[in-house]
Amino acid sequence: MEKKIIRIENLKREFIMGNETVRALKGISFSVAEGEFVTIMGTSGSGKSTLLNILGCLDQPTAGSYEIDSVPVSNLSKNELAHLRNEKIGFIFQSYNLLPRTTALENVELPLMYNAKVSSRERRERALEALRLVGLSKRLHHTPNQLSGGQQQRVAIARALVNNPVLILADEATGNLDTRTSYEIMALFQELNAKGKTIAFVTHEPDIALFSKRTIVLRDGHITKDYPVENIADAAQALAQLPKEEELEVNS
Amino acid sequence: MKAINLLKIAWKALQRNRLRAFLTMLGIIIGVASVIAMLAIGEGSKQSIRNQISSMGSNMLFVQPGSDNRGGVRQDFSQSQTLTLADYKALKEKNTTLTDISPQVNGSGQVIFANNNWPTSIHGVNPEYLNIRKLSVKDGSMFTDHDVLAAAKVVVIGQTVVDNIFKNGEDPIGKTIRFNKIPFKVIGVLTEKGQNTFGQDQDDIMLAPYTTVQKRIQAATYLQSISASAKSESIAAQASEEMSSILRASHKLKAGDENDFHVRSQEELISTFSATSEILTVLLVAIASISLVIGGIGIMNIMYVSVTERTREIGLRMAVGGRGRDILLQFLVEAILISVTGGIIGVALGIGSTLLVASIMNWPTVITMQSLVISFTVCAITGIFFGWYPARKAASLDPIVALRYE
Repeated sequence: MEKKIIRIENLKREFIMGNETVRALKGISFSVAEGEFVTIMGTSGSGKSTLLNILGCLDQPTAGSYEIDSVPVSNLSKNELAHLRNEKIGFIFQSYNLLPRTTALENVELPLMYNAKVSSRERRERALEALRLVGLSKRLHHTPNQLSGGQQQRVAIARALVNNPVLILADEATGNLDTRTSYEIMALFQELNAKGKTIAFVTHEPDIALFSKRTIVLRDGHITKDYPVENIADAAQALAQLPKEEELEVNS
Repeated sequence: MKAINLLKIAWKALQRNRLRAFLTMLGIIIGVASVIAMLAIGEGSKQSIRNQISSMGSNMLFVQPGSDNRGGVRQDFSQSQTLTLADYKALKEKNTTLTDISPQVNGSGQVIFANNNWPTSIHGVNPEYLNIRKLSVKDGSMFTDHDVLAAAKVVVIGQTVVDNIFKNGEDPIGKTIRFNKIPFKVIGVLTEKGQNTFGQDQDDIMLAPYTTVQKRIQAATYLQSISASAKSESIAAQASEEMSSILRASHKLKAGDENDFHVRSQEELISTFSATSEILTVLLVAIASISLVIGGIGIMNIMYVSVTERTREIGLRMAVGGRGRDILLQFLVEAILISVTGGIIGVALGIGSTLLVASIMNWPTVITMQSLVISFTVCAITGIFFGWYPARKAASLDPIVALRYE
């Protein structure tokens, strides 16, 4: 049997707001195997963000179980969760969340700073390798304000890769980017997935989901659809088919 | 997290906001520098008082008459006549701890030479007085024991007196001057000592044999005081006790009676005047410490702003594996770095300004190692104390909320 990265069973998450209990997740179950590329879709209020927080070990479920890489998360302390995030998860955010006035290289090194097992030399080497993977070898010493949005997101992706996580968790990673750059980033995700990385991509844009292998749709705290994507779109091809930037300018 | 990583992270965070870090530091810099300068000036004035008093003779002791209780009416000690030549003789014969001892009778009046006159005071003493007071004769010579026995009308005068009555630059030696109409022959001039700590001109004196002053000027037999010097500074206290017991015996005081005299040592004087300057130092340091505290509050203020401003960064650090403790330490180390760096600059500035004050204003200053260590430690503690609360706030943030903070 293939290795499961995510195993979720009857997961519930409730928030108490004053006298009311808000049930954000009402008992969902699914699992993600190693090497999968899953899109989690849903409108706002569907429980998507809550699920993302739990998947990212930032939050814990009220009931049900969640195992990441066969580690049950439910009863871990705050420090153990932090340790788990450091070793198993790579986060990518909509707004990049890079440290300002800090070079790309230092930004990518950041997760390894919190890992005492990694020497400063190894940290540097791994950060260089991650930046090479995202195609930013020539931008090592640029600070975020010297980089374009797409480049900043690549730095963020490199940062997510540097600790060699079992799961890459992307939260609306293309939300701030134009179509062309989005496709570039999706092409990068597909490339990483082809190299065996497990990716969970949270978005509300249906066309982005077409680039993944599987789509899970959330609605009102339930999974309404969970299906493999047929005819997976190739982001590199889609990119090639986009009108050239010069033409775009003429047309608009 | 490794300590070295922690330092690196904190240092980089400060580097991102250099001007702000420096301005925050400024409070600490000024605080530490002023504490050090104030301590140096305070310590300097204390030592200069001590030096000046010791220059009058560090092992000097002197006896003054005490209150006279006879007839039930207490009298001012300068008027009292309880100290006599008999006391002096008793002390001179019975003591085991003194090197020199001299009686002293004082008189004041007008000294006249040619058509110049000058108000001054005359001390009737014996030749040992020079040693006790650390005085010396630069021209001519001191009068002798023989002059004392003969109650000779000879005088040794201070430079101020010379300057005021020998205005034409005459050599004073051998000249006859008149003090309260009594002619004295000048046989010596004292080496200048300048002003003492209390602003008195130590050169405005005339020394004559005590017998002469008693007979010619005061027409009295009692003494104003007895000066003596102990064999060494370390036995000054012992000498003081011995003198007391000799005097008690000589005055035939009973066991329960109060002393009718006072034996004072220079050490007492030193501690009295040091205490005054000590109070002043404490006051100055207290004021300077307030600026150190204000500097600390400045750090707290900036750290709070920094935590709020960097909420997203804190969320991110937590998301990539930073534990609450790591975040707490990062902000704490930032605060300590600010205060310690400020402390180092402050110490340098404090030493610099102290040296500047010393060279420009000619104030006595002494920088003690102790003052450097104390002010530096205080500022490190300030960093921890005022950095703690903002750091706690940062560490207690919820990563989910912090990551999405706008």
